[in-house]
Amino acid sequence: MNAPVKTPEERKADLQGMGDSRLRKEDARFIQGKGQYCDDIKLPGMLHMDIVRSPVAHGRIKRINKEEALAIPGVHAVLTADDLKPLNLHWMPTLAGDVAAVLADEKVHFQMQEVAIVIADDRYIAADAIEAVEVEYEELPVVIDPYAALEPDAPVLREDLQGKTEGAHGPRDHHNHIFTWEAGDRTAADAAFDHAPVKVSQHMHYPRVHPCPLETCGCVASFDPIKGELTTWMTSQAPHVVRTVVSMLSGVPESKVRIISPDIGGGFGNKVGIYPGYVCAIVASIVLGRPVKWSEDRVENISSTAFARDYHMDGHLAATEDGKILGLKVDVIADHGAFDACADPTKFPAGLFHICSGSYDIPAAHCSVKGVYTNKAPGGVAYRCSFRVTEAVYLIERMVDVLAQKLNMDKAEIRRKNFIQKEQFPYTSAFGFEYDSGDYHTALEKVLDAVDYKALRVEQEQKRADPNCPTLMGIGLVTFTEVVGAGPSKTCDILGVGMFDSCEIRIHPTGSAIARMGTITQGQGHQTTYAQIIASELGIPSEVIQVEEGDTSTAPYGLGTYGSRSTPVAGAAIAMAARKIHAKAKKIAAHLLEVSEADLDWEVDRFKVRGNDEQFKTMADIAFAAYQQPPEGLEPGLEAVHYYDPPNFTYPFGIYLCVVDIDKGTGESSIRRFYALDDCGTRINPMIIDGQIHGGLTEGFAVAMGQQMPFDEQGNLLGNTLMDYFLPTAVETPTWETDYTVTPSPHHPIGAKGVAESPHVGSIPTFTSAVVDAFAHLGVTHIDMPHTSYRIWKKLKEEGVQL
Amino acid sequence: MIPPSFEYHRPSTVDEAVGLLSSLGSEAKILAGGHSLLPMMKLRFAQPEHLVDINRIPELKGVRVVGDDIVIGAMTSENAVIADPVLNEKVPLLPEAAKLIADPQVRNRGTIGGDIAHGDPANDHPALALACDAVMTIAGPNGKRQVPASEFFLGTYWTALEESDILTEITVKAFPPGAGYSYKKLKRKTGDWATAACAVVIAMSGGAVSHIRITLTNLGPTALRAHEAESILMGQHVSDALIRQAAEQAMEICDPAEDLRGDAEYKTAMAGQMVQRAIHDALSKAS
Repeated sequence: MNAPVKTPEERKADLQGMGDSRLRKEDARFIQGKGQYCDDIKLPGMLHMDIVRSPVAHGRIKRINKEEALAIPGVHAVLTADDLKPLNLHWMPTLAGDVAAVLADEKVHFQMQEVAIVIADDRYIAADAIEAVEVEYEELPVVIDPYAALEPDAPVLREDLQGKTEGAHGPRDHHNHIFTWEAGDRTAADAAFDHAPVKVSQHMHYPRVHPCPLETCGCVASFDPIKGELTTWMTSQAPHVVRTVVSMLSGVPESKVRIISPDIGGGFGNKVGIYPGYVCAIVASIVLGRPVKWSEDRVENISSTAFARDYHMDGHLAATEDGKILGLKVDVIADHGAFDACADPTKFPAGLFHICSGSYDIPAAHCSVKGVYTNKAPGGVAYRCSFRVTEAVYLIERMVDVLAQKLNMDKAEIRRKNFIQKEQFPYTSAFGFEYDSGDYHTALEKVLDAVDYKALRVEQEQKRADPNCPTLMGIGLVTFTEVVGAGPSKTCDILGVGMFDSCEIRIHPTGSAIARMGTITQGQGHQTTYAQIIASELGIPSEVIQVEEGDTSTAPYGLGTYGSRSTPVAGAAIAMAARKIHAKAKKIAAHLLEVSEADLDWEVDRFKVRGNDEQFKTMADIAFAAYQQPPEGLEPGLEAVHYYDPPNFTYPFGIYLCVVDIDKGTGESSIRRFYALDDCGTRINPMIIDGQIHGGLTEGFAVAMGQQMPFDEQGNLLGNTLMDYFLPTAVETPTWETDYTVTPSPHHPIGAKGVAESPHVGSIPTFTSAVVDAFAHLGVTHIDMPHTSYRIWKKLKEEGVQL
Repeated sequence: MIPPSFEYHRPSTVDEAVGLLSSLGSEAKILAGGHSLLPMMKLRFAQPEHLVDINRIPELKGVRVVGDDIVIGAMTSENAVIADPVLNEKVPLLPEAAKLIADPQVRNRGTIGGDIAHGDPANDHPALALACDAVMTIAGPNGKRQVPASEFFLGTYWTALEESDILTEITVKAFPPGAGYSYKKLKRKTGDWATAACAVVIAMSGGAVSHIRITLTNLGPTALRAHEAESILMGQHVSDALIRQAAEQAMEICDPAEDLRGDAEYKTAMAGQMVQRAIHDALSKAS
């Protein structure tokens, strides 16, 4: 008896391809504690590094005494900038065209800056020894406020740049000025404002926050003096770029540098840059000829590695009296800290901030971003967002709310009125972005219906009318568009390398496969979802497709994982590589079936001779034949490599609505409801999308409601532990309701747009919109984050709201 | 955790522990649950040369009933307090409030005695001990002695414990019949200390207040008992106005330190809120 023949639908389901909520392949090892993180790497003869850090935020180093530390048994070396000078490694280039001190060279520029390193037999001796390194500082005046930094008589922070009137991004007009970057058309925007009957302005500060991944940064550097090879395990979101930089800095040929990103416990932009700790561990390994491990602790991670945001923004909208927006102007003072170490595409010192016209058809717009040095840690990375897109979305969504309040219009109504219409796509914004696709109206109505928006407004009116009501109720609404998937190499590069990404697929003789990628997962679930794309493209079950990333010696060159670029760029590379294999497979199938290619149809997992269901070859049959009996003139084997240079960014969007109840007595806020509709185009794994959205919303909640990095006047960072820095637990995290529409990207091979960052970008202004809405009847148009109970209580008091 | 090196000692009896502390002197610290000491050692704020681990002393654990007394071993974990049937029946404030301490992992290790002996006004048990009229039993080189909670907390990180003393037991009495109780704690997130917290025990007789304790956490250098606020309500038929008045009176004794949780004005205002809410909640449970 023959086995029952499966229908095409059944075979398709067996593949667990795109659209299937297959369980994450990664989880089996993580939930059993079998992940292999940097700190799990142990090599024979491995030494340990610890870092002496500056207690002052601005000071001159008068003297460093290593003697006592070197006398501790088990200490192998104590290195300072003076030791790195002969190697020209005491400073290093940043991704933003500036330089950053590897170890402080004569001056320290922020609290916790790296001053010296100690290499010792174990982690404990190293920690003891850093306390024994004596450093004498002459304290200098500290500049924390970026506006104060631009005063004519402000202290000179970067003496190494004194007299340099040209920076990486144009002229510098002040000793603490980094760059001024503009986009849009200032003349057109001014003209729009000149004639507009309604104008609103709002100042807002997007506070400095830290991505704070659960795993802090670290590496194990192992230089083999015999072979001249350097292998480094590193917490990096971009191992290939790191290899290029390490080769350039160290002089070791790129072919002898191997960077491995093992399992990574979250990145969120914090693990894109190259930190002094990495460089020092590598130098120490080369100098000592032994492996050196560096693992920072939590305080070091929050205090010294890349922060995000810190944008002081002035937004202006011009509009008609019935709420049609005519023009947008934005001026930003960007606090970059001591060194410009933003991780942005080279030509964009403010990232993609000029997406700040949002989901709206705004005819004239201009923005200007001024980067400034202060005595704070460097950074300015994209914390779970595409480059500066969170800041941009926050700005425009706040401004649209402010305009609605001024005109006494409903938040939903003003958005409807200004949305880019479905028929306008592809739409070119006043800033020059070409939005690929969208359908904002449909999504908005779906959300408003789902939450019964009208009823919520009625309830709010009733509560406002009742002086004994113990709570203030606020409704937040955000209708955002993101720009992700950097990016087209005609505009986007990192250190001159185009921001393509890559995939190499090999089909083995028995029909299983391995795919190697230029990206690196940090929790996104690449090993699960990438396999699903191949499964759908090639008819091979996901279960037998291995996905490998992160080892520069085996994976093809790629720019890494950040800015929601993995699916838009690498996901496309997968599809394109798979299609190359598909084309070759078709030739082999035609040969095996003795027909012409034109007579074949593809069905799920096989090529069929048209009109004859009995005559077919599955991809497994073809794979074997590719190694056993390829047609004459065709190379054996079945594999392909594709480097995908995207023609455009992708533009995911979403409609988020939040209902908050604020306790009039304590300022505590309770998120009663949060409804998130996301449109990320084609959905590869709905379960993973939901997980990504839950995670992004939770991080957005953290930023909006609690995360902050306050500094005192001496430049001390207050609150650099998890006691003070807010990472919500399951107890604090609201319940999330998710929904979706599907508007595929027309230029992406599978129509996918990327999703991991939308919930972060979109939720943050939604929380602010809700909190401000709770006070809107009192004339309040904006409240800066974070919306902690303490800060809300102060606002209640200011507005005379009492229980 | 990368602390400096230290010697580790693990006595198996209270006498042995006291002997160790006596001989090691001021360089020794007692390791109970470790949730205050170890973070300080991790940051190298505390660098004891000797740790005396009292986790393996059986006599320090568990809850016993001795006549009218309920005797809680100092090394009873928070989760054991939460689960204990005697406490749930007779002093239900303690298990209810313990649920608001940190998170389940911490409560598995953290102990009632460690929480009290540390003398940190941000810890929850000092105010609870005051609300329950607890008596501390202390073992020292000169034998055992008892100190009421009202005389135990002398200042921030400063208690009636001498250098070689160990807090061994916390003794409480069952609440009066029909007593209501509550612990209201405002905190930024799970695992945080209180911005302000208030414990209330209240009993009614003939419609009037016959017993009342109002105590405060993290609102001064020690846990505080709001005597004046209590006397506003004692013997009275309570009303919203009277409760508000008591709360205002309790705010008078607050002297909180400013930190990222808020300034003194905010914390004091929150004390007022917590007092009102705790009284209302306690009244709703009283019969």
